[in-house]
Amino acid sequence: MADLRVNIGRLALKNPVMTASGTFGYGLEFADFIPLDGLGGIIVKGTTLKPREGNDYPRMAETAQGMLNCVGLQNKGVDYFCSHIYPQIKDIDTNMIVNVSGSSPEDYAACAARIDALENIPAIELNISCPNVKDGGMAFGVTCGGAESVVKAVRECYHKTLIVKLSPNVTNIADIARACEAQGADSVSLINTLMGMAIDIERRRPLLSIGTGGLSGPCVKPVALRMVWQVAKAVKIPVVGLGGISSATDAIEFLMAGATAIEIGTANFLDPAITIKVRDGINLWLDAHGCRDIHEIIGCV
Amino acid sequence: MKKYVIDLQVRSVEQLSPKHVLLKLTDDHPLPEMLPGQFVEVRVDHSPTTFLRRPISINFVDKANNELWLLVAMIGDGTRQLGCLHAGDVLNCVLPLGNTFTMPSARQERVLLVGGGVGMAPMLFMGGEMHRMGCEPTFLLGGRTHTDLLELDIFNRFGRVCVTTEDGSMGEKGFVTNHSVLNEHFDRICTCGPKPMMMAVARYAKQNNIDCEVSLENMMACGLGACLCCVEKTTEGNLCVCKEGPVFNVNRLLWQI
Repeated sequence: MADLRVNIGRLALKNPVMTASGTFGYGLEFADFIPLDGLGGIIVKGTTLKPREGNDYPRMAETAQGMLNCVGLQNKGVDYFCSHIYPQIKDIDTNMIVNVSGSSPEDYAACAARIDALENIPAIELNISCPNVKDGGMAFGVTCGGAESVVKAVRECYHKTLIVKLSPNVTNIADIARACEAQGADSVSLINTLMGMAIDIERRRPLLSIGTGGLSGPCVKPVALRMVWQVAKAVKIPVVGLGGISSATDAIEFLMAGATAIEIGTANFLDPAITIKVRDGINLWLDAHGCRDIHEIIGCV
Repeated sequence: MKKYVIDLQVRSVEQLSPKHVLLKLTDDHPLPEMLPGQFVEVRVDHSPTTFLRRPISINFVDKANNELWLLVAMIGDGTRQLGCLHAGDVLNCVLPLGNTFTMPSARQERVLLVGGGVGMAPMLFMGGEMHRMGCEPTFLLGGRTHTDLLELDIFNRFGRVCVTTEDGSMGEKGFVTNHSVLNEHFDRICTCGPKPMMMAVARYAKQNNIDCEVSLENMMACGLGACLCCVEKTTEGNLCVCKEGPVFNVNRLLWQI
């Protein structure tokens, strides 16, 4: 049994396996399938200052080894989260991390400040990379200046571990990561979904209600892995890797590319118990290869 | 109700029509409790173009034989692959998912169960459970043609069966909403089928002041209320069909009927 513990800044994880925002609800939806406290962290559904209805149906299209979604950050807002959801999840014995989104730096900061006050939420993941909302979201994540403005505003009022989730829809993701690091981010997570599209050829219309959506699943894994490798070399802060991870082998690839921890997203839809299987698979692999500590493989490539 | 992800054994695969198969699944242990209206997310192996699980409504639970029945309409690659299963194969299932039809509160309640096409599948389980508690449901089943009408012998065991076909090859000719049984009084209607049919049934129910539940089949990914892909607009905002549904009282929906 190897030591799987890792740290993201001041945040201690019992193992590197977390869940990707928007694919795991608030964790409770999966409580019948896995022991939630067996995970390194649970990153809950994207939360905004004000409630959002999200985009119209249809919001999903299946693709080759993946799927497109344009949910558009449907959530009941941070007040509802604090009053109704937080009491249900605060005692789950793992790192409960809130994904925060907004439409202006002030918006992000106000939402983050509310969550800063919640004792059992030790970190937030700042979503500057949602491709499915017009007002903000990815707009901040595709330029260094945009990323800086949001991270700076949030860093001033948020005092715990700050992870910034990056968009792959950029020319040079390492530049964006460096900009976040310079403004005080404790970590960057990548990648959010790749912007894509699918068309119903009989109706001659896009399959998704807003035309485009974010692509996720095994089809994006090689792109994500390459970006994690590039970013891990470009910054000193820990990197959280995600994008199509569906097995322990996938997760180990990301760790070797330089990720300190990983998130599992779309794979939760195919197997609601996949997270624990990946954790156990990492452990088995380390044992089989004589590794006593997961740090022996992190960034080894 | 506790949900499970389990490998079930395929006990039999019956071709009920050129485009429908009935899968009877079983397990060495007693199957989990399931209720009428709920569904199963099945993993489709050996279909390269099928990425996500497929939601399939529960057709029937045969407790005596420890069997779960899934009636599958072979429409796309995924469901066609399910039709290629053989006895002895394994099907990975997440179940039971979603909410349920409302069971009658009294034996004398007059309930009409309306199924169109493969939407008749959950009506068998609902009717069977009603029969078990001493109620006699009326089934109103519609199809394009006589080969769309499936499992009629079993429906007949549980209640009165009324049939329509669009081509008149069985039962009364026309749509379910044209059937003469609708001249009778019913206290409640449960329906599942193509959306235009359910809307027509809901319109009839509204005009006659009858409580009406519909079962929706919006495209899903997770089936657990986590991804928020399968939402339907309701009086309470966007709700997940997989978790808050698939059964909704029509009064909660924003359908223009």
